[in-house]
Amino acid sequence: MNVQAWTFVMVAFSFALYIGVAIWARAGSTGEFYVAGGKVSPLTNGLATAADWMSAASFISMAGIISFMGRDGSVYLMGWTGGYVLLALLLAPYLRKFGKYTVPDFVGDRYYSQIARVVAVVCAIFVSFTYVAGQMRGVGIVFSRFLDVGINEGVLIGMAIVFFYAVLGGMKGITYTQVAQYCVLIFAFMVPAIYISIMITGQPVPQLGFGSTLADGSGVYLLERLDGLSQQLGFAAYTAGGKSTQDLFFITAALMVGTAGLPHVLVRFYTVPKVSGARSSAGWALLFIALLYTTAPAVAAFARTNLLSVIPEIAYTDVPEWFSKWESTGLIRFDDKNGDGHIQYTGPASDVENELTIDRDIMVLANPEIAQLPAWVVGLVAAGGLAAALSTAAGLLLVISSAVAHDLLKRTFRPNITDKGELLVARIAAGLAVCVAGYFGINPPGFVAQVVAFAFGLAAASFFPVILLGIFWKRANDRGAIAGMISGIGFTAGYIVYFKFMNPELNSAAHWLFGISPEGIGTFGMMINFAVAISVSLLTPPPPAAVQELVEEIRLPDHIGPAHELSA
Amino acid sequence: MSRDRRHAYWRTNLRYLAVLLFIWFAVSFGCGILFVEQLDQIRIGGFGLGFWFAQQGSIYCFVLLILAYVWLMNRADKKFESRKQEPGV
Repeated sequence: MNVQAWTFVMVAFSFALYIGVAIWARAGSTGEFYVAGGKVSPLTNGLATAADWMSAASFISMAGIISFMGRDGSVYLMGWTGGYVLLALLLAPYLRKFGKYTVPDFVGDRYYSQIARVVAVVCAIFVSFTYVAGQMRGVGIVFSRFLDVGINEGVLIGMAIVFFYAVLGGMKGITYTQVAQYCVLIFAFMVPAIYISIMITGQPVPQLGFGSTLADGSGVYLLERLDGLSQQLGFAAYTAGGKSTQDLFFITAALMVGTAGLPHVLVRFYTVPKVSGARSSAGWALLFIALLYTTAPAVAAFARTNLLSVIPEIAYTDVPEWFSKWESTGLIRFDDKNGDGHIQYTGPASDVENELTIDRDIMVLANPEIAQLPAWVVGLVAAGGLAAALSTAAGLLLVISSAVAHDLLKRTFRPNITDKGELLVARIAAGLAVCVAGYFGINPPGFVAQVVAFAFGLAAASFFPVILLGIFWKRANDRGAIAGMISGIGFTAGYIVYFKFMNPELNSAAHWLFGISPEGIGTFGMMINFAVAISVSLLTPPPPAAVQELVEEIRLPDHIGPAHELSA
Repeated sequence: MSRDRRHAYWRTNLRYLAVLLFIWFAVSFGCGILFVEQLDQIRIGGFGLGFWFAQQGSIYCFVLLILAYVWLMNRADKKFESRKQEPGV
């Protein structure tokens, strides 16, 4: 069977699996729709969180970005894992103890204010839509390359699948499909990584192969070879960094804190039965995530080594098959500037003009073909990319749907709505959100990882400070929280829009505030949020005694004061 | 649980948090970003130590930190729970 046939088989099989699971785990009540009835085991929740968390950006784009950024790529590796430490230590156990369904629920009750609740809802919807657009785009890329359908049709097929199980199953359906999706995506990521590691270094564990010598008997370390190849072609050495230390610091911090503030991740910790379960499921989640995240930098180095040893100076007529296929999607472009019929691929320090443009998003998808792995592995990677994109999209759509049906309708405008009515509204909202996400997938505001990276800055600048203060500082009050959230997200969004959309020509270190790029500005927005929230709280009256009592209560584990029962 | 014991439990928790978050900061921002060049002078196999922390080591430490916190807090929960039955508490 050829690559395309295998891809059809793998994708069709995995889709059938998700739909089967979704039918088995339908939601019957709002409690099941929002938080799977609060009855998910910590291990299952860890698996689902890992799939929910690892998006098309992690699976498709991240290794590719690292392979072009070298050491600086560590901002994504540390940023997207270190946040789980903050989550497990500072947020998850207390949110679980608090109970209820959503992050705006916590903000609204802790800050005893409908305005705070509505501000939190707006932030949640804003962050989630930014993020979900990137996922639908990832779905489109996979379909267009492997199944010969256009990116737009690919997005439509992806929408239909997500619609089916998110609308039908709610959190319960999503949780169990995400477990299946984690298995598909991790298998699809590890198989080619192990294959390539053996081919290049003779070492089956990619994390070790990454630091081993090459299998060609030369005794040279892989990373030394890669540094040498890069410098020869005029690129910076792979293991040396290019970004300034303060920019690395701020981007890493924004991604970490953003991870801990993302509503679709936070809400997952409401689904376990106990406070201790919330802690351990964050541990499970990070363990499952770390499996992919420690493999990705190895894949990045292998892919870069393969690319740099195959492509430069090859005659255009001799290019491998994968090159022509990706060229037809427009994601690889060759422009024979000196007309010699050979591909010159060079970096900024070389005298020879570069003739090749490679989209970073294709590295993981093209890697098995570059390394000439069997056709079934290529098909598997396509299915894995779809699993990653769909699982995250579903989690985000649920946040949007619960924000509309629960936080806005039930808690703000129509408190008397029946459980059945609320469930119907939640399903309709999920359906509409799928359509909006699909629209952004077809008309994307930027490429996958870039769009997603901004969602973190926005989450870091809005939710993290108010939730943290809400738990650890009893004196934090409603006005402080509202002013903090608005100033944090307002500043961050303004900075990003200014440099990315209004004045892209000014987007360079010389014009940035303290040398911080738009990717890292969320950290600064978070500091503003903290500063504003603390000063405004101190200048206005302290929260009522009942709220201070609530804070005392959520600090204790459940057997000392029982976890709040799940009733709306 | 009495007010004092609640506070004792919370102080224990805060002490664990301070220690674990210090390690969290040291392995990621410290070893992976601030002192990466100096650590790169030390080599382990094909890796400079700073590069290894930035792309591998910090992530392993994160997993261990959460596991340590889970273990410590489960122990603390048990300790404070077992005295719940004592008379006068």
